[in-house]
Amino acid sequence: MRVRVYVTLKPSVFDPQGKTVTDALHSLGYGGIGDVRQGKFFELEVDASTADEARRLATEAAGAVLANPVIESFRIDVESVVPASSGTASGALS
Amino acid sequence: MKFAVVVFPGSNCDHDAYHAAKHVLGQDAEFVWHKDTSLSGADVVVLPGGFSYGDYLRTGAIARFSPIMRAVSDFANAGGPVIGICNGFQVLLEAGLLPGAMLRNRSVKFQCEFVHVRVEQTDTPFTAACRSGQVLRLPIAHGEGNYYAEPDVVERLERQRQVIFRYTTADGAVTDAANPNGSLNSIAGICNERRNVIGLMPHPERACELAVGSDDGLVVFESVVQSVKMGSGVIFGGQSAPVAVGQGTGVLEK
Repeated sequence: MRVRVYVTLKPSVFDPQGKTVTDALHSLGYGGIGDVRQGKFFELEVDASTADEARRLATEAAGAVLANPVIESFRIDVESVVPASSGTASGALS
Repeated sequence: MKFAVVVFPGSNCDHDAYHAAKHVLGQDAEFVWHKDTSLSGADVVVLPGGFSYGDYLRTGAIARFSPIMRAVSDFANAGGPVIGICNGFQVLLEAGLLPGAMLRNRSVKFQCEFVHVRVEQTDTPFTAACRSGQVLRLPIAHGEGNYYAEPDVVERLERQRQVIFRYTTADGAVTDAANPNGSLNSIAGICNERRNVIGLMPHPERACELAVGSDDGLVVFESVVQSVKMGSGVIFGGQSAPVAVGQGTGVLEK
């Protein structure tokens, strides 16, 4: 089962990378983009029989390893199970 | 007395720390591999600088799960002196042995240069031989040294005098320009509440001989030698923890 983990700096934490990217975009003419926050994105292949189990496992791993709770928060999406007949892996995210 | 220098895969200042302890100070020193589970009777533990496990996920994030870290944690909890330098500081933060976290430098650059830090407190095993307010010229070499903690945590660190080193000018003045990485309150190093665990971003072990540009870092190592020889209870915990007095160095030999 595929699980996506989005790790971002907490809103209260200054993001030097995001600030640099914001400045770069502005200098390239993208004045309409107000602010950029840079984060990390993990795609996990989780061996689990249910979405709940996959979410539980991913949440544990994200809290213990993938994110530092002092400065980061995370969001988890479990990819819904795609019917075998569809033959595609790009299911909707739950 | 003996220094244990922990070696993680990717440590690269381990030999500098070993050299400072063994050859400059003439003390026993031993490398301890990250897969070891014992500090083999060391009196002082050094978590050195470098890029443990490549820092691929986050600085220090994987190192804290090393088998040796349980022994380091037990040693620290027993009052033994532990110093984390640069990446070692980041490991101590990730391990929860010190509060806070490191952000990217505000310059977004890896910074490798000499800076000045002011010794804020001398009642720790690693600053006992310093003068209060003494300014040390030490090198930094890091990309993530921008110290961050929640405001209440920073306030507590200040109130409990746990800020041990602060970036300053050569004259000891705290200015924004003298803060190389954007650390809150110009924090360069802190200690735990018990004052026996210290983390700092600058590299005292790389500044122990004039041949390498500065020997200002030597006092940090001289401090801990002096502290251990005097007995742990005299220095660690200070007056707030009189129960430690009398345990002497015995507690360190576990």
